[in-house]
Amino acid sequence: MGKYFDMLMEDVRMKEGLTACMNCGICTGVCPSAEFYNYDPRQIVDTVQTQDDRAIEELLKSDTIWYCGECMSCRPRCPRGNTPAYIIQSLRSLSQRLGFFVYSEKGRQQLALKRTIGQNILNTGYCLMPKLIDPELHPEQGPVWKWVYEHDRDVFERFGDNYRQEGPGAVRKIDDQSMAELHNILKVTGCDDFFDNLEKCSEQKAIEMGFNGADEEYFRYIYTTDNGSHQ
Amino acid sequence: MKISWKEYQKDIADDHYYYARSCIRQNFFPGSEAAFLHILGNDLGRDILDDARHTSCTGIGYHSDIVPLDTIMTVVARQFALMTEAGYENFVSSCITSFGIYSEALEMWHEFPEQEEKAHEYLYKATGREFKKPKNLAHTSDIIFHHRHQIAAQAKHKLINVQTGEPLKVVDHIGCHYAKIFPKVGVGGSEFPYVLSGMVEAWGGECIDYPERRHCCGFGFRNYLVQANRGCPVANSKKKLESMAPYKPDFIVANCPGCTMFLDRWQYAISEMEGTLYGQDGHGIPVLTYEEMAGLVLGYDPWDLGMQLHQVAVEPLLDKMGIEYDPGAKYLGKNGKFIGKPEDSLIGCYTK
Ligand code: SF4
Ligand code: SF4
Ligand code: SF4
Repeated sequence: MGKYFDMLMEDVRMKEGLTACMNCGICTGVCPSAEFYNYDPRQIVDTVQTQDDRAIEELLKSDTIWYCGECMSCRPRCPRGNTPAYIIQSLRSLSQRLGFFVYSEKGRQQLALKRTIGQNILNTGYCLMPKLIDPELHPEQGPVWKWVYEHDRDVFERFGDNYRQEGPGAVRKIDDQSMAELHNILKVTGCDDFFDNLEKCSEQKAIEMGFNGADEEYFRYIYTTDNGSHQ
Repeated sequence: MKISWKEYQKDIADDHYYYARSCIRQNFFPGSEAAFLHILGNDLGRDILDDARHTSCTGIGYHSDIVPLDTIMTVVARQFALMTEAGYENFVSSCITSFGIYSEALEMWHEFPEQEEKAHEYLYKATGREFKKPKNLAHTSDIIFHHRHQIAAQAKHKLINVQTGEPLKVVDHIGCHYAKIFPKVGVGGSEFPYVLSGMVEAWGGECIDYPERRHCCGFGFRNYLVQANRGCPVANSKKKLESMAPYKPDFIVANCPGCTMFLDRWQYAISEMEGTLYGQDGHGIPVLTYEEMAGLVLGYDPWDLGMQLHQVAVEPLLDKMGIEYDPGAKYLGKNGKFIGKPEDSLIGCYTK
């Protein structure tokens, strides 16, 4: 067995997700990402089951593992009981742990996700908040969202009195003790270290690419760049 | 092989629920969460706890692969601990992503008991709390489905076109994580999902079976959350909209707050980009949450339900159902204060 395959198999999602692939392609047939990208989840499963270190390393450094939207449409349809998405989740975890995610354009985007969703969780206890969905960055949200964004307190108070305040209700402020517990969970379970590693690897890569580091400019670059090779 | 939705029945608790809000639903559909609590507490006389202490399940982070499995599993354990401490056993999640996360944790702990041990240890170390697993796990739509006949008995409006007397034609969108991860946890499984169509039928409407009915809305977490990737979700929503349009749906009802928002917003984006409108008579197709659908049936005011927060104008549907509403009250806040008005757009405007 290859060492990368062994590392992958430490993840319970691999144990659950990989039995034996017969290359039927049904997963690719139902996949919304395959609909759009030059992407074939069948090949990922097939490559991983070879247990070949070189091939798996190539995969861990590629754009290929980052196209999946984790919709799980492939899971109930596989006639062999594989879950391509679970295999992909394991590959993505390992790619980030080993710092291989910075080798691909789609992989480098993980820093942007950490700095948006990850930061939201750290700061507010939620993945998103009205004030964090800026209409400038989200033109597709349309004028009604812009109106909500600009009048957030008035709009949310229409549906309850507790907007950004402690106590129950939509978009409430989470109390300090609960936030402290959440932060402890992130620390104890290794999420903090995981975040730090994303920052560290991205910093190195950014400098290598000619940026001053993983600064705002680098963030904007990875958040918006599409080199046109993915479809 | 199970051949119909009736063989995929799940147990749904009848009363005493611990309610977990959703990041997406509370952001985009705060009126739906308020309506759910009101319907349960007032119309159905059920006991439901709205606990201020729970956090996000961190599901969006997990499915964007920045939140590790051990972390989310422990966040889930904390929510269960809060439920346990409050004396509840029936956990209700208001989000499909979350519901998938809770189901995944329970299944994983069942398959790999050492993972459950780890969750207990992590949680105790981080918070000093202990948890029991819920006796019953349901999505909020399961609860409405469970009470659909009771709601029908109290209906003020039916899902019927009052001008023609015909049933309204409805597209139901289930949301992938409801039953594609674990078919047995969803009413009707992943191939015959019945949770929304059961409500539609009970309230007089008719569901459309169109080719892309089971297709994902395209959200795909990182595929939407990173700007460079947004072509993928809009292309997949477009595929669905094109597939359903020939059947002339009167509205779409969606299970997941994310799908509800995306099917609404992408109609706006497509209308601005290429002028296409998928509804009838120069309108878009209104996209409702099931709480909004239930609320309309029970006679709630559409603006109390938060339907002014939709980008696609909902008034054509209200007119078809014969619902009276005050156009002048659409943008009023608490105590009747005028909040201002969104800018006009092709799909957001409605004049009789
Ligand atoms: S559906 Fe299953 S067996 Fe078929 S190619 Fe995909 S993973 Fe392999
Ligand atoms: S989970 Fe990923 S690989 Fe599977 S169908 Fe969805 S996008 Fe495709
Ligand atoms: S799944 Fe998402 S939207 Fe739903 S509660 Fe969890 S983090 Fe929030």
